[in-house]
Amino acid sequence: MSPVAFTVFFCALLGAAFFCLYRLQQGPTAPDRMVGVDMLSTLLVGLCVLYALKTGMDFYLNIAIAWALLSFIGTIALAKYLEGRSLDE
Amino acid sequence: MSSVAYVLIGGGVLFELFGAIGIVRLPDVYTRLQSATKCVTLGTCLILAGAAVGNPSATFIVKAVLCAVFIMLTFPVGAHALARGSHLGGVKLWEKSVVNAYDEVAEDIRRRGEAEADDASV
Repeated sequence: MSPVAFTVFFCALLGAAFFCLYRLQQGPTAPDRMVGVDMLSTLLVGLCVLYALKTGMDFYLNIAIAWALLSFIGTIALAKYLEGRSLDE
Repeated sequence: MSSVAYVLIGGGVLFELFGAIGIVRLPDVYTRLQSATKCVTLGTCLILAGAAVGNPSATFIVKAVLCAVFIMLTFPVGAHALARGSHLGGVKLWEKSVVNAYDEVAEDIRRRGEAEADDASV
């Protein structure tokens, strides 16, 4: 991947992450903030894939897979907490 | 790297950018979840496809396909759980929303939960 293309894609994803941070700071309710965090984790998967392409090393893809699965677990746990139930139900 | 990979990655990045704009512009948490899930899932899968095309070694292709499968399985489920949790938690819809079909179901679930709580306290 050419350095120019990498910079353009990387800056676009960072701009998207900035929008997520805006929602995280601004969101009027707790679920709004969680939407921001959820999307931020997805963007990080994209950034890891871009790094893997740039460096040609495949372990960045391992990080992307682990990150996707871990953010899913966090989202499920927090969604259950939002319903007003405890985690052991 | 071939131009096909550039087109795929560029399209994916554009979709993620559109999802991020939607997360800022849309009025309530349910519409925001829509943009945050659909656009971003498609965008990330496009970036992964671009990675598999751009570096066609066996490990890259296997890991990119695996990651895309995990993302397509987990992110819609997480968004659905988030929408269900915020509805049951009492987050209001946008005042111009026209239909709220989940309201009866949510009311039913809430009543059942209260009955179970009463049983437990007795």
